[in-house]
Amino acid sequence: MTSNNTAGGDIKLSCRNLWKVYGKQPEDFFPASNGVVADTHDHTEHIRSSGHIAAACNVSFDVREGEIFIIMGLSGSGKSTVVRCLSRLVEPTAGEVIFDGEDLLKASRTELIEIRRHKMGMVFQHFGLMPHLTVLENVAFPLKVQGIGRDQRFARAQEMLDLVGLEGREAAFPRQLSGGQQQRVGIARSLAVEPAVWFLDEPFSALDPLIRRQMQDEFLRLQKLLHKTIVFITHDFLEALRLADRIAIMKDGEIVQIGSPADVVMQPADDYVTEFTQDVPRVKVITAGDIMSADIAGANGSAAVSVDTTLEKLMPHFSRGMTPVAVAGDDGTVIGQVSAQDVLSALATAENEPP
Amino acid sequence: MTTVEEVRGLTDEAPVQRADSGLITWLVIAAFAAACFYFRGDYKWLIAYPDSFVLPFADWFNVMADWFVAVFKPLFRALSWALEWPMVWLRTLLHWLPWPATVAMVVVMAHAAAGWRLALFSTIALAYMVVVGYWDESMNTLALVGVSVPLSVGSGFLIGLLGFKSRIARRVIDPTLDVMQTVPTFAYLVPIMLLFGFGPVVGLVASAIYAIPPMVRNVILALSRVPDEIVESGQMSGCTNRQLLWSVQVPAAKRGIMMGVNQTIMAALSMVIIAAIIGGFADIGWEVLSTMRKAQTGQSLLAGAVIALMAMMMDRISRGFTERSGEVRVQSRANFWQTNRHLSLALGLAAVFVAAAALIPALRTYSDTLVIYPAAAINTAVESFTMKYFDATETLKTWALYYFMLPIRLGLDRVMIPRFWGFAMTPTVAAGYAVLIFILAGAAWRSWNWRPAVGIVIAATVFFFGTMGTPWPAFILVVVVLAYQVSGWHLSLFALLGLLFILIAGIWDRAMLTVYLASAAVFLSFTLGATLGILAATNDRFSAFIRPINDTLQTMPLFVFLIPVIMVFLVGEFSALLAIIMYAIVPSIRYTEFGLRNVDAEVVEAAESMGCTRGQILRQVKLPLALPEIMLGLNQTVMYGLAMLVITALIGTKGLGQLTLESVTKSNFGIGVIAGGGMALIAMITDRIIQAWSNRKKQELGLT
Repeated sequence: MTSNNTAGGDIKLSCRNLWKVYGKQPEDFFPASNGVVADTHDHTEHIRSSGHIAAACNVSFDVREGEIFIIMGLSGSGKSTVVRCLSRLVEPTAGEVIFDGEDLLKASRTELIEIRRHKMGMVFQHFGLMPHLTVLENVAFPLKVQGIGRDQRFARAQEMLDLVGLEGREAAFPRQLSGGQQQRVGIARSLAVEPAVWFLDEPFSALDPLIRRQMQDEFLRLQKLLHKTIVFITHDFLEALRLADRIAIMKDGEIVQIGSPADVVMQPADDYVTEFTQDVPRVKVITAGDIMSADIAGANGSAAVSVDTTLEKLMPHFSRGMTPVAVAGDDGTVIGQVSAQDVLSALATAENEPP
Repeated sequence: MTTVEEVRGLTDEAPVQRADSGLITWLVIAAFAAACFYFRGDYKWLIAYPDSFVLPFADWFNVMADWFVAVFKPLFRALSWALEWPMVWLRTLLHWLPWPATVAMVVVMAHAAAGWRLALFSTIALAYMVVVGYWDESMNTLALVGVSVPLSVGSGFLIGLLGFKSRIARRVIDPTLDVMQTVPTFAYLVPIMLLFGFGPVVGLVASAIYAIPPMVRNVILALSRVPDEIVESGQMSGCTNRQLLWSVQVPAAKRGIMMGVNQTIMAALSMVIIAAIIGGFADIGWEVLSTMRKAQTGQSLLAGAVIALMAMMMDRISRGFTERSGEVRVQSRANFWQTNRHLSLALGLAAVFVAAAALIPALRTYSDTLVIYPAAAINTAVESFTMKYFDATETLKTWALYYFMLPIRLGLDRVMIPRFWGFAMTPTVAAGYAVLIFILAGAAWRSWNWRPAVGIVIAATVFFFGTMGTPWPAFILVVVVLAYQVSGWHLSLFALLGLLFILIAGIWDRAMLTVYLASAAVFLSFTLGATLGILAATNDRFSAFIRPINDTLQTMPLFVFLIPVIMVFLVGEFSALLAIIMYAIVPSIRYTEFGLRNVDAEVVEAAESMGCTRGQILRQVKLPLALPEIMLGLNQTVMYGLAMLVITALIGTKGLGQLTLESVTKSNFGIGVIAGGGMALIAMITDRIIQAWSNRKKQELGLT
């Protein structure tokens, strides 16, 4: 499964054969602590049949610098466990978490605290704001625990509040804000230390649909500005499609598929994923970049579209003729073309597999 | 004058922009208090309320009581006669039953309630009562509890139902329960004695009445907590009101109601034991009390152990049934005896033992020759222990007395003498003290706000002048303003009237003695308890270790606490202090642990994800958020402390508790009312102020 429209930076954070097992003697299942097993499924069955709970089973993935990596799954699929293992809020049972080339699981408690203080930021589903602190104090709190002086940390917190559009609410307490505003505080707080990786655990799930949509736009705006490396958790498949560079879909503690939104929609790995994709309006997900051919002869270069143009936007181009449409890269040079045939076949294969 | 200096220092430093009206009020109070202290030498009435202004409330109450008794006595005597019969029957039955039969029935019941471990515990506990030779006394106590519990449960359930159904009834029930639960236990005895005469039936009535409030409260709470959806589904199924109550609401509230039964049993037992002070009739409470009065520590320890074991057994059995009340019983075709296996087993065993006892006399009455009663041995052991550690215990007592208790009572001003402190209270020392307090208050102001600073100044002032040396106008003003600031004029008016009653009834001095011992005990219980609570919240093993200890301490009837302390430290205030701490520390531990463990997990996780150390999470996140809950623990500690304080009058503490006890021994209703009422007022004012503060804080934090 390739993804050809991602920001393709270096690998920033990855986990290898990560397991989290709850129960009396979880370590006993992993004589070798690196978590490598012959067969994930058999091993998971073995763990579960002996009265233990396997929350994350042999999870491996890489997150590249500057990409939005989304872990999507229903409740109980283990997605929140995995993101907590990445910062060791939950201690993994076996496996490795490699952050900037170092195994995070080998870090001492003090080192871990240092890493959390300076390199990680996290946003929580129910915001996790301190009810006894004002908005400004909340955003300044991560700086306070580092021992940064009052004036400096409040100045920085003010900057972050301006960034998320909350200027004027500094002296309010969290309970006086709406859900959307509270999550803006959560976002400002998580960004205050300028983290290298940004974890968001279902950040918009507790919000109303309309606000959720606004916050998603806001999130994309911030990412354009900041280029963070992001691990984003959601149970909302459409949200994942909308925001992700790449998606990992989890079920029962295992990852069933990793790929770009178009990959997932066009080539679902199994019935489980297919079920999610069924109601997805493909014209809004699949982009020119996903289906273009590298052949550039005969395309109408003057009317080139960008790689991230969705089929929905692309289709009007064919309303007057069947000339292939040129596709331009980020720098404006033509890198491929899309024919009406390509569009139709992408939609046809995706909608109805021939019997 | 120290206070003046302290306060002036505070004003000088106060940045104008941070002062608000609350602070200005406190500055005015400080000025007023300073004036009171300054003039207290010239105007003695500022400290000692003049006798000529005391209104003889006690006499008035006595006149009313005399009239009431004269009119209604026959009615109550008839009631007393009617109540005596079931008790006599039950007592006769329990004495007639051979002891192995009773043991077998209780053990089977324990097994039905909570399985083998409790059955084993009950076997050992009952065997102890038999072997030590307290079987008859235990059965007498059991007979009292056995009659009073159904009475309280029945009437409590009906009153609770009424309170649940009618808002108007609630308006009467709620304050009545408040008063009943804050009035010292002894105060129940006098009116009942006057109306019902002497004898075991007084204990029965006292315990039946005393045990009603927990039942009422739990019934109201349980019924109003039944989810609306369940009630609505009942209505939609076409229930009549009666059907709705009996087939929907009561079954759905069963667990909560059973908790009420458990608390009622424990309250009844503790009152039955306390009632022994008006002349027991060979029950176990009387045994403890009379041996304690004769300073027979070994004997009272052996008898006290019976009470403790009985309390633990009753608590665990009734709690076991409460836990089980949620279980669904599988309908089967088996007949009654097969479905109720425990009942059949209990009755079967009892029949067997009754029959066997007819042949073997030792099974009917446990032979005196087989009794093991190691009182003498215990006395010798205790004596040699106290002799050996006499110096250490004396030092501890003296130390606590001179450096902690006397300053609170009389003030550093009078206590600081060269013999114990190495120096006298010279103006220089006083100035040093003032500077120290000034620095502390300043630091508190800097890190939080002016409120804790004001608190420190008040505490320091009281410590300097003593509760007994504090002018009553200043004391009343501080409490009333505090009540106003945390809750509003309603509470402050209540506080004002309550304190004025205490003043005008002429019991201010006694009340201050109570306040002194209570604050000393509460301070220690809370500091120690909160520390242990923090430890328990951070360490699962310690939490598991301390939980059964807390459970046990909380089920003990208050009497029992006196025994171990007087064994080592003899009668006196220090022993009383320890007894109070043992009992009152429990809620501080529990609420602190509960509060800390129940801080929103996501907030804690957020703090952890930012790289907070454990200490930072505790200090900057958990403690501020758990504070309202911890304060509720403090509140409970105050209530427990005051309840125990009354009991410690038995080992020689002074104050309102002692006055209440006197009213019982002299059968003086009027004094009982003002002393008991004064105690209840102190408890209620403190309770309301702390609760109001905690609720406001919870609201501020958005925790409700």
